[in-house]
Amino acid sequence: MMRDLKRMVRRMKTNRASLRLSMVPYSLWIILFVIAPIGLIVYYSFFDLSGNFTFDNYKNFFTSVYLKLTVSSFWYAFLITFFSLLISYPTAYFLTKLKHKQLWLLLIIIPSWINLLLKTYAFIGLMGLYGPVNALLETVGIGKQQILFTDFSFVFVSVYIFIPFMILPIFNALDKLNPALIDASRDLGANAWTTFRRVIWPLTLNGVKSGIQVVFIPALSLFMITRLIAGNKVITLGTAIEQQFLVTQNWGMGSTIAVFLILFMVVILLLTTANERGMAGSGKKR
Amino acid sequence: MERNGKLPKIYLTAVFLVLYAPIFYLIFYSFNSGGTMSHFESFTWEHYAAVFEDKRLIIIVLNTVVVALLSALISTAIGVMGAITIHYMKNKAMRNAMLSMNSILMVSPDVIIGASFLILFTLVGIKLGFASVLLSHIAFSIPIVVIMVLPKLQEMSPTLIDAALDLGATRKEIMSRVILPFIKPGIFAGFFLALTYSLDDFAVTFFVTGNGFSTLSVEIYSMARTGVTLTINALSGLIFVITAGLILGYYFLTNRPKTPARGLKR
Amino acid sequence: MKALVRGAILIAATAAILMIINAQLAKSGAQSGGNTLTVYNWGEYIDPDLIKQFEKETGINVIYETFDSNEGMMGKIEQGGTSYDITVPSEYMVEMMREKDLLIPLDYDKIPNIKNIDPYFMDLPFDPDNTYSIPYFWGTLGIAYNPTLLDGQTFESWDNLWDPSLKQEAVLVDSAREVIGMSLNSLGYSLNSTNIDELREATDKLKTLSPNIKAVIGDEVTQMMMNNEAAVSLIWSGQAADMMSENEDITYVVPEEGSNLWFDNIVIPKTVKNIDGAYEFINFMLRPEVAAQNADYVGYSTPNKEALSLLDPEVVSDERYYPDEKAREHLEVYKDLGLEMLGTYNELFLEFKMNMK
Repeated sequence: MMRDLKRMVRRMKTNRASLRLSMVPYSLWIILFVIAPIGLIVYYSFFDLSGNFTFDNYKNFFTSVYLKLTVSSFWYAFLITFFSLLISYPTAYFLTKLKHKQLWLLLIIIPSWINLLLKTYAFIGLMGLYGPVNALLETVGIGKQQILFTDFSFVFVSVYIFIPFMILPIFNALDKLNPALIDASRDLGANAWTTFRRVIWPLTLNGVKSGIQVVFIPALSLFMITRLIAGNKVITLGTAIEQQFLVTQNWGMGSTIAVFLILFMVVILLLTTANERGMAGSGKKR
Repeated sequence: MERNGKLPKIYLTAVFLVLYAPIFYLIFYSFNSGGTMSHFESFTWEHYAAVFEDKRLIIIVLNTVVVALLSALISTAIGVMGAITIHYMKNKAMRNAMLSMNSILMVSPDVIIGASFLILFTLVGIKLGFASVLLSHIAFSIPIVVIMVLPKLQEMSPTLIDAALDLGATRKEIMSRVILPFIKPGIFAGFFLALTYSLDDFAVTFFVTGNGFSTLSVEIYSMARTGVTLTINALSGLIFVITAGLILGYYFLTNRPKTPARGLKR
Repeated sequence: MKALVRGAILIAATAAILMIINAQLAKSGAQSGGNTLTVYNWGEYIDPDLIKQFEKETGINVIYETFDSNEGMMGKIEQGGTSYDITVPSEYMVEMMREKDLLIPLDYDKIPNIKNIDPYFMDLPFDPDNTYSIPYFWGTLGIAYNPTLLDGQTFESWDNLWDPSLKQEAVLVDSAREVIGMSLNSLGYSLNSTNIDELREATDKLKTLSPNIKAVIGDEVTQMMMNNEAAVSLIWSGQAADMMSENEDITYVVPEEGSNLWFDNIVIPKTVKNIDGAYEFINFMLRPEVAAQNADYVGYSTPNKEALSLLDPEVVSDERYYPDEKAREHLEVYKDLGLEMLGTYNELFLEFKMNMK
């Protein structure tokens, strides 16, 4: 009893001390590079082009064009996240089974160090009418297809960009998984699917969640790909903000869209954290 | 592995093929004497020679690498501290607020980040150039590190720390012997993704850099109007070969003695 | 823990070594001392040999820096903290920068070579009397197309773009003033229209173009046309020239209803540090042989009338690059319509893009 108490006291002290120590640079960062910019954005969102205080920007957001934009942004972000997860999870799983798994993991990341614009140009060439992909389609008898400037090409290239960001956290979660648990599950007669659903998936959920966070949120504000690969047939909130800031120079409207983007993001984060608690609860029950 | 048969191998091969396809495409055309990324005419090294002749380009590449390495290093350090801070926060509302703030930079479009950082730097009086670029790269890389490290902290059972405390470990020891080794994979993941963010960034760097300092991305984007030259392809090819070589070399140097033993264990 | 610390030290050391190498490289480049000139220009928009020549002649060390959009460039100059001596904005941006007081009036006593510029390109509405700017390159907006991919179809009018046979073929530039202006022109209105009814009409007409549109993209259209990926595009003459130099099937027309005449201009921004160097540089660039060499390298049309005789006569007599006076009559230079109107153009353009599918 006494020992427990002591331990509790020490533990609390430990936490508080390490908290205080590690808090300084991080808090400084939050104040300077997060709170200050948000403050600026919120501030600008209340001004019109001639610098007068106004709520018009917010009113403007609820006109049909921007609402439609928001809905389509969410739809594409959802698609991109879904397919990224679908491809990344098995990849991460198979990677953990390899002999030199850390090396293979690095090899997944290396392609993302080559400039994105260049890779996008490469995709334009690869997917072009005279590119290798269409040549392949022709030899197998499907015939030439317009691949570029379609929903497919947009989602495909976006998934390509985000895959490493999704694989890493999932790989880390899977790698930690105790193989004994899987064996135990098998021994208890569970088939592969049940083992996955009941054992592997719940235990790697945290990794999946951070994967979703790092894909879904940036996917809402993708911009260059929308033009180069989708030919502006897909437009995201990010594209609209970019335009307002750079072309129209209407910082007020751009900031207003950004405010909504940030609000959406907070909602998404709160939803995932609420889930986290719920999962932990049900996990215990099991 | 055997139970699954060939499927994993085929699947992984397909994934790697797609991941590397655009890069090999770029490298392939870096040998094109035709001057564009289509219609391969004949083989040439001239674009590679052009890379080495262009001193300005080499300086820019070195700038890019230095900023990427340093920003990834520093943002990883700060991000790990941040993740620990958030993880051990008692107040749930506060914790959620911190988490949301952490991710705001990830959703903010680059132009906004760039513009607001620019205003910030000019207000504070930081000279635009290396320092301002480095600071902004650190700033926008921190959230990804936090997001990579947090799940590892959540997995760590509290009993681990209790056990260490019972054994008489000090705070410092707990940090260096228990927490950090446990979250190491998360730290590495965070570092490499921070490196990726830094290497890929264009818009933020463009806004916050002054004259005399440029990165490869800024250079490439500004070429878009008249077309990117194959010199850049050649450069990317070189960068790719060098990084891949370094990583493979490092990996096999550090792992050679251990590998057979590891293999046996399986 | 040890591995982490070791890794961190290794990375920091690598960075430090690279920084030293870099400093060494930079030093060896700038032996000429303090006399430097910073030129802020579009990427690949000058012949690098000319910079070397200028450095050799004057002993001034040129730092060449690049931007990718007029607006981005202005942002950098407006915010300060930089010391650009020369920059090259497009015409509407000259007007905007002038209004924001970001430009230095030019002293023509120091630019005797101004006499080489064709008077046709002087004293235009965006900068009366050329108080602040001198044209660097100029061009038009038109249709580039590849007859071999289109069964020999030709384009004389903007309305040809609406032809039902062009389903999913046309590529437009991602720029509101150009696309809406094209539609305005096709209806016989001015491309500087601020009449909201005319703009509405133009947007409604654009919407009927949707089935013919393959994509709305940026400068990448050049590559696509070269590679026969796209058959017809709305594009500036500069990019069209690039396309034609790579792919001989392509041709370029300025439709009869009229179109836009554009300029990129040399200016001295208020961030200037080396003003004498800036004048020397401008004067150097206006030399006929220098302007000719530069036009040859970049591939755009030069306003330097003395340089024309030094260029390939085939290029100079080509109306696609250098339209004659009669063709120029229908061309209009963009006016700065004010941010409010620019916003309207962009919102209409966004509406059009959202309805494309």
